[in-house]
Amino acid sequence: MSEALAIGAPTVRKREPGRLWIVPPAALLALLFFYPLALIARQAFLDDSGVANVAEIIRVLNSRFFLNALVNTVTISVAATAGCLIVGLVLALILAFVPFPGSGFIARLIDTFIALPTFLVTLAFTFLYGSAGMLNSGLMEAFSLPLPPVDFLYSTWGVVLAEVTVYTPFILRPLLAAFSLVDRGQIETASVLGARPFRIVRQVILPAAVPAMIAGGSLCLLLTVNEFGIVLFIGAKGVITLPLLIYGKAIQESAYQVACIIAVVNIALSLGLFGLYRFAAGRLGA
Amino acid sequence: MSAVTFTGNSVMDIDAAKVRGAGSNVYFDKVSVAYGTHVVLHPLTLDIAPGEILAMIGPSGSGKTTALRAVAGFVRPASGRIRIGATDVTDLPPYERGLGMVVQNYALFPHMRVEDNVAFGLRAQGADKPLIGERVKDALATVGMATFARRYPRELSGGQQQRVAIARALAVRPRVLLLDEPLSALDAQIRRNMVEEIARLHRSLPGLTILYVTHDQTEALTLADKIAIMRDGRVCSHGPTTELYRRPPNRFTAEFLGRANLLPVTVVEGAGPKGFATARHGDVVLTGAGRDERAGDKSLLCIRPQHLSLTADSEHTNRIVGTLREVHWQGELTHLVLDVGGTPVRVSATKLPTALPEPGARVPLFFAPTDTSLLPEDAGV
Ligand SMILES: Nc1ncnc2c1ncn2[C@@H]1O[C@H](COP(=O)(O)OP(=O)(O)OP(=O)(O)O)[C@@H](O)[C@H]1O
Ligand SMILES: [Mg+2]
Repeated sequence: MSEALAIGAPTVRKREPGRLWIVPPAALLALLFFYPLALIARQAFLDDSGVANVAEIIRVLNSRFFLNALVNTVTISVAATAGCLIVGLVLALILAFVPFPGSGFIARLIDTFIALPTFLVTLAFTFLYGSAGMLNSGLMEAFSLPLPPVDFLYSTWGVVLAEVTVYTPFILRPLLAAFSLVDRGQIETASVLGARPFRIVRQVILPAAVPAMIAGGSLCLLLTVNEFGIVLFIGAKGVITLPLLIYGKAIQESAYQVACIIAVVNIALSLGLFGLYRFAAGRLGA
Repeated sequence: MSAVTFTGNSVMDIDAAKVRGAGSNVYFDKVSVAYGTHVVLHPLTLDIAPGEILAMIGPSGSGKTTALRAVAGFVRPASGRIRIGATDVTDLPPYERGLGMVVQNYALFPHMRVEDNVAFGLRAQGADKPLIGERVKDALATVGMATFARRYPRELSGGQQQRVAIARALAVRPRVLLLDEPLSALDAQIRRNMVEEIARLHRSLPGLTILYVTHDQTEALTLADKIAIMRDGRVCSHGPTTELYRRPPNRFTAEFLGRANLLPVTVVEGAGPKGFATARHGDVVLTGAGRDERAGDKSLLCIRPQHLSLTADSEHTNRIVGTLREVHWQGELTHLVLDVGGTPVRVSATKLPTALPEPGARVPLFFAPTDTSLLPEDAGV
């Protein structure tokens, strides 16, 4: 691009109105994005009265609440992404390769999940699996139990389940796109040569879907690391993630430096994952 | 349709077949296929003998691929059975049928090296390592691709990819090789070479039974021992290649397999002991190879364009006269189009008299009775 401009340059050297077009978007980005980010980064080094305090950074990074939240965040995000990959893969394989009437409709229905606010799914989950939800009241009635028998929802696994439900479409979509490009001739030839379905999935279909899995998977990681609504809505005791911790410190405790230190870590984690995503997507030609 | 000769293989034959990679027969026993209510293959009975190349040709949509896919196991017959050798494979999944297949777009596995593509079937069938190595080497050598083992498919030309696809199919020592328009993605020059190579390949693997689906009559004529011509989901003729070409049983076959001039005639006298009948075209009486026509029958006299000559000799005893309409020079061949009593007649000649008649001139044409064939007038299937 820039080379092409340079070659064309001599004839239009006087003024290059094309180059000025970078100013409005750059200014907008700076104002809306980089400046606030810089403010957060700066705040991380200043205590709440505005005095530089680097020791606080070390204290926070070594604190139990931070490490706990970091571990929770990573655990939930990795588990949810793995869950999304497995569920997405199975669903995509069925939707793409097992012909049944209405598979297109189902795929589109799952797609619309992307349009819904994430915490709504969580709300639905509490109706279903919550302590007063349909599953528990049904079980209590059926077996005349005094207490709700199912309470996985208010735990790390509840959060993971909700996130898997919400974010699987983000894997499913690229996978379906990748699968639609797999040459049926390859699958059929493999089958004629003696490969059973499982081998065909492993050796013919999956290699074609690796870029989509990596792209979708890192997108999932990114989204689940930053997930706020679901974790808040489920409100499981002790399940505090980085975004939730930032919210708590900033809004509930007014501990702005602590909030900003954690925010910087959160941002670094996100950018790192995003870099990974771009790298993987670029290398694999996704 | 030829008589059904079902050659069941004994167990010993099959073992021998495995060792040599030799073929079995393929038997379609009243196989029909329908998509929903749409019947695309009407009950088909056809036997492909062990080691035979059967070319299935016909216009687009006539059901060739469907028949091949029924053998492979991708479409379930609505009725009928398919047997390969002694095995009834109708209810077997594709991976248990012991076949090899090559399709139009090669369908190589893009993320595997050539050698792994070729090894795929053997690995899938659980062959042990030394055997795989040996077979892969063999198969690649057979198609002349031994030096390309470490390449990826994307690093090969179309013709090379097709060779690898053939090697991949041969490596499993299939009982039957299914080829669905294997050359149609290649350009004309490479296609001609590949046809010759497949012919050579079959000479080195004489036991291999091949079902070869194609649009291309040249491929069929060059390669096939027998040809089945498909039309609207039915076999409209089936027989040894040269016989089908020389004595087409119906108009569709005559016109589909090579070019044909079909002169409408009325039979004067049915075929005698030597097989020749006489028939009248206008007021000219012609002699041609007959079947079971009787005097008075309306019939068509089939003459191939290359069998018409502008000069008479002792063999070219039939004579018709036409008005020259067009002359097309094509280098090796010159095509003339004449009008013989309202029927367009095409002549292909390698050598012509130096003084070529002008369009509009009346030109006599000569042909030998042995180069003709009478076929029924209402010969549509
Ligand atoms: N999956 C399918 N569903 C419905 N109809 C089909 C399907 N596959 C093929 N057909 C129909 O079956 C008929 C025969 O198709 P087939 O592919 O066997 O033709 P073909 O002789 O191989 O043609 P071509 O020379 O174009 O490859 C066609 O009318 C086609 O439309
Ligand atoms: Mg076809």
